[in-house]
Amino acid sequence: MRYIVLLIALFFPVFGFSQEWEDQQTFGSSDQAPLRILSSTDTSFFAPIIEDFIASYSNIAVEYVVTGTADIDRIFRATPEQFDVVISSAMDLQLKLTNDGFAVPVLDVEHPDWAQWGDSLFAFTSEPAAIVINRHALSDLPTPSSRQDLIELMRKHPHRFQGRVGTYDVRQSGLGYLFATQDARASETYWRLMEVMGRMDAQLYCCSGQMIDDLREGDLLLAYNVLGSYARNQAEISDELMVILPSDFPITMMRTVLVSANATNPEHAESFVRHLLALQTAADPLTFPLPPLSGFDDNIAQRTINLNPALMTYLDQMKRDAFISEWENAIVQDK
Amino acid sequence: MTANVIVSGSLRNRLALILTGGAALLAVVLFVAVRVLATQVAQQGQDNILNASMSSVLDTAVIRDGRVTLDFPYSSLSMLNTQADDRVFYAIYEDGTLLSGYDWLVVPRNVAPESTAFENTTFNGDQLRIATGARVLIGSDGPRNVFVSIAQTQDALSSTLHAISRNVALLGLGFFLMSSALAIWAASTTSRQMHRLTTSVTRRGPQDLSPVTKPVPSEMAPLVASLNTFMSRLDHTLTQSEDFIAEAAHRIRTPLATVRSHAEATLQRVDREDNRKSLQAMVRAIDESSRAAGQLLDHAMVTFRAENLEMPRVDLTELLQELVVSMTPVAEMKDITFTMKLDSSATLHGDPILLQNAMRNLIDNAVKYAPSETGVCVEISKSPTLSVSVYDDGQGFAPDEIETLSGRFVRGKNMGNKVGSGLGLTIAQEVAVVHGGKMTLSNRPEGGACVTLFF
Repeated sequence: MRYIVLLIALFFPVFGFSQEWEDQQTFGSSDQAPLRILSSTDTSFFAPIIEDFIASYSNIAVEYVVTGTADIDRIFRATPEQFDVVISSAMDLQLKLTNDGFAVPVLDVEHPDWAQWGDSLFAFTSEPAAIVINRHALSDLPTPSSRQDLIELMRKHPHRFQGRVGTYDVRQSGLGYLFATQDARASETYWRLMEVMGRMDAQLYCCSGQMIDDLREGDLLLAYNVLGSYARNQAEISDELMVILPSDFPITMMRTVLVSANATNPEHAESFVRHLLALQTAADPLTFPLPPLSGFDDNIAQRTINLNPALMTYLDQMKRDAFISEWENAIVQDK
Repeated sequence: MTANVIVSGSLRNRLALILTGGAALLAVVLFVAVRVLATQVAQQGQDNILNASMSSVLDTAVIRDGRVTLDFPYSSLSMLNTQADDRVFYAIYEDGTLLSGYDWLVVPRNVAPESTAFENTTFNGDQLRIATGARVLIGSDGPRNVFVSIAQTQDALSSTLHAISRNVALLGLGFFLMSSALAIWAASTTSRQMHRLTTSVTRRGPQDLSPVTKPVPSEMAPLVASLNTFMSRLDHTLTQSEDFIAEAAHRIRTPLATVRSHAEATLQRVDREDNRKSLQAMVRAIDESSRAAGQLLDHAMVTFRAENLEMPRVDLTELLQELVVSMTPVAEMKDITFTMKLDSSATLHGDPILLQNAMRNLIDNAVKYAPSETGVCVEISKSPTLSVSVYDDGQGFAPDEIETLSGRFVRGKNMGNKVGSGLGLTIAQEVAVVHGGKMTLSNRPEGGACVTLFF
């Protein structure tokens, strides 16, 4: 019996590491179990926030693991007790997690009503979906400012764009699916755009980061529905990238955080959420490198995706199957 | 007087209790009724939205390529958004197979098409309201039943109900407080009428048997009417008996005077000692009877005058001086000297004949019972109230008789063989009472009886 226990103890870490994370970092040191944060946000954006949190509380260690939005939903639903805090840009998946009782309320938080749901899910960024263009590759072609411009541009110069346009693979990325469904809900233009991109043999990506990398490398000329915040960050470094917010209807996403109902470290998890929201309010770029919430009255915010049960509509299995098949018909075509 | 009345509860308290109790009951009924109504209305509101949402999902059911699909619109779930961020669950079944949604949500199977079934259930401790509808789709292989259930938590509902309950509770409390104040006011107003009647009856003099003339509420009219009848009967009886006594005394006095004059005449002519003695005893007895008759008449007069009292200003000093002068011959026969301690300006409003009668009785008594060769003192004092005291140097009253001596026909034990009727002090007392005063009997510390009339 003892050997079996020992065997399990030996193999358990192997099971633990069997998950492939995009990134995994531990901040601070503590004699207690670290606060485990499951996130879709690149570590570079969250490192200042976590360091500020650790500095404010003694004897806290934070383990920050990064993976895709769809993976977050799958992993967290399977093992909710493994994580204390979940951060994701896929608002629909986060809202469904909250709706299904995976989140615990954090009460008495000073936070605008439209940026929270059921005192459990808190939005803390406003990030638009953008068209990102490699300036050099575009060269003499006019700069598109809307989806319609984009369609016309690709139709006029198909050879220039062939194989050099990219967008999210909505089958893999939760955020990509959210952007796509909200686009489709807003306008038929989305489907025409997807058809045109399909004809251009569009490259499909799991994440904004890779799309931006390929754009910078020049492999891509244009990417659609890239996270504007990531792109702007890169655009500051290299002048090759140009970030365009579609003038017809920019879709703005809010990154959300929730405390796991099965958290092993609920007090620290709650403290972290409070700290994160306080940093968002302060909006100091040094401690909060993400774009803070924009006011609800602003023009941009009016196209912000609302936290409301309707987000679960496209997560319905039948609707998802129908949407994916339509999307595949449009973009994958004869592949 | 109330000591003899058997008291059972209080009308005012009973009235106040019934009214406040009724108000409390009404307040509770109000609270419960509004709460029940509010619950129904709020539940109806939620049911309507759930029904609309469920219908909008169910309406999209179609058979495509042999499969049932529902492409429900974004608004189906967005209409379920509430202030309290209520959680939403749904399930779509084709016969027994889950097409999509939450598998734990059990859908009732006996829902008739085109109707909605509502039910309550709990999930993880949360109250859920479920709306379920059904539709029959006709496919190539026959009819297919589609069931859609939409469930929603009731946080917004319960917070609305909580707010309503609190407001209604405040309303009920306010209603109760106002009703209670009103009840207490009503009870005290009603009992004030009773109290007023009681006061007006209590304030009357002992001789006042006139009917109550003040207006009374109709409920009290029978009581007051019987009281008036009772008093008038009593008054009638009293008057009759007083009249009878006065008449009797008058009728007796005249023959007595005749008998006395005959006895005296006979006494002149009789020489035998024992005959003289019995005649003298006879004269004495006649004197006593005649005096008693006189005092009975006096007493009747006091009663009569008291009922029709007029109150001119009377000079007490002058009245007493005249009395003393008129009594001096009688006193001198016993070698009794009068002392007057009079204030020159003692006056009061009263009936001079009654006052004179009372004073005469007092002085007469003093002269009669004082031993020979002593003094009788008449004193007027103005403080604390106007009072007239008559006192002697005799043996005083027997202490155990002081309380009873002023009763009718009561005579002291140490009266010896003095002629008296036992009405003198009664008359004096009645006169004092008629003038709003009283009479007290006491023994002076230095010896001697003292009678004081306070006005």
